[in-house]
Amino acid sequence: MQMFPLKATGAQVRRRGKVLVGPVDLTLGGQGTSIIIGPNGAGKTTLLKMLHGIVRMNGGSLDWACPLEEAQKHQAFVFQTPVMMRRSVIDNIAYPLRLTGLSRRQARSRAADWAARVGLGEILERQATMLSGGERQKLALARALVREPQVLFLDEPCAALDGRATREIEEILAHAAGSGTRLIMSTHNMGQARRLADEVIFVLQGRIHEFRPAAEFFAGPETAQARAFLNGDIVE
Amino acid sequence: MNDLWAGLSQAFWLLVTLDADLVEITLRSLRVTLTALVVACAIALPLAAFLAVRRFRMRRATIAVLNALMGLPPVVVGLVVYVFLSRAGPFGVFGLLFTPTAMIIAQVIIVVPLVASVAHQSLRELWSDYHDLLISMNATQFQRIQALLWDGRRALLTAALAGFGRAIGEVGAIMVVGGNIDHATRVLTTAIALETGKGEFAMALGLGFVLIALAIAVNLAIHWLGRTESEGRW
Repeated sequence: MQMFPLKATGAQVRRRGKVLVGPVDLTLGGQGTSIIIGPNGAGKTTLLKMLHGIVRMNGGSLDWACPLEEAQKHQAFVFQTPVMMRRSVIDNIAYPLRLTGLSRRQARSRAADWAARVGLGEILERQATMLSGGERQKLALARALVREPQVLFLDEPCAALDGRATREIEEILAHAAGSGTRLIMSTHNMGQARRLADEVIFVLQGRIHEFRPAAEFFAGPETAQARAFLNGDIVE
Repeated sequence: MNDLWAGLSQAFWLLVTLDADLVEITLRSLRVTLTALVVACAIALPLAAFLAVRRFRMRRATIAVLNALMGLPPVVVGLVVYVFLSRAGPFGVFGLLFTPTAMIIAQVIIVVPLVASVAHQSLRELWSDYHDLLISMNATQFQRIQALLWDGRRALLTAALAGFGRAIGEVGAIMVVGGNIDHATRVLTTAIALETGKGEFAMALGLGFVLIALAIAVNLAIHWLGRTESEGRW
């Protein structure tokens, strides 16, 4: 099924009279990894959630190449702070499959496979809330990938993780991208953005200031704000 | 003080000798209370989850009313149920007045708001954790409610136990609708009220101690079965 391009036209999110994001005009193709960068409070998370459809828009439109109901079935989201359902590791990963009507046995079998892929194969029956930060993020990734989504949104998935956990998460993401999953991800980590990005979306004050291929962006940002941000200056 | 000791000793002997009346009353108390609790939970828990998940116009008002109903005077509930079940009432044809079924109906009405309110408090917090995740996964309203009820089951156990505590100790409503009829509708609480009225304080205290022991035993049994304090569980 063809989901892309995803077109946002004048898309806007307002809360209590304040514009959090937008108006956003953006067209995302179906290939590669898009990285959203910008300072704290720029609107990266809201932009991601708006594109995913879990934040209600107050204006503009968001159009997938397929019907919205179909698009919703083929995307997943990994939150900055992973939400651990009060279940075992394997039941957490199996949950999205159970929602589609898969039997418990089949869902757990596929979940066990995914748990092994992300390195959680030894702790299938451990309660998810007992996991470390890195393990939680791996579980969240496995739970998002288990339905083999066409597009995966990630909100700073490596925030607060150590170097080793970050490398493991990036390997999983690289493998997912290699398998054809479209990644749209926000990050604060410029090194990670350079490693993973095919294209960069620079966001400031809720608006997209630059949207360019990663190589071009990192070689020379067009806007003064993006240059200042890359130089490590404080940008507001 | 003498009455207390006499009551303890009476309770001890009633238990040791497995007094037939005591066994009968105790079993009836348990049957009425547990049946009422199961029915109340079947109504209250989905209602609590629905109120946590669903946004609708009169939601806040509904929650406020539910909380207010926790303080429902049992004797008034008994009176209303009496009117409905009496021969001249709308359900008089069923002949339920002065039966254990009438007592169960009264207890359900008393317990539902309590269980629903306590459960709603827990499920609301759980829903604030799960909200974005379940919406992101495209879970239907029914699937969201299912997830909350399953993952919040240990918190819901506390709500159910609160309901059990209220029901097992209830006397006003079941006295009115049950009539405290020997070998028919007499339960521990109504028997205590009767013995006190007769001036049989030792017997009343004895039954009281049995009631307390029963409540504690059921609580411990449910906690043990639910393994709420086990490592890594909730």
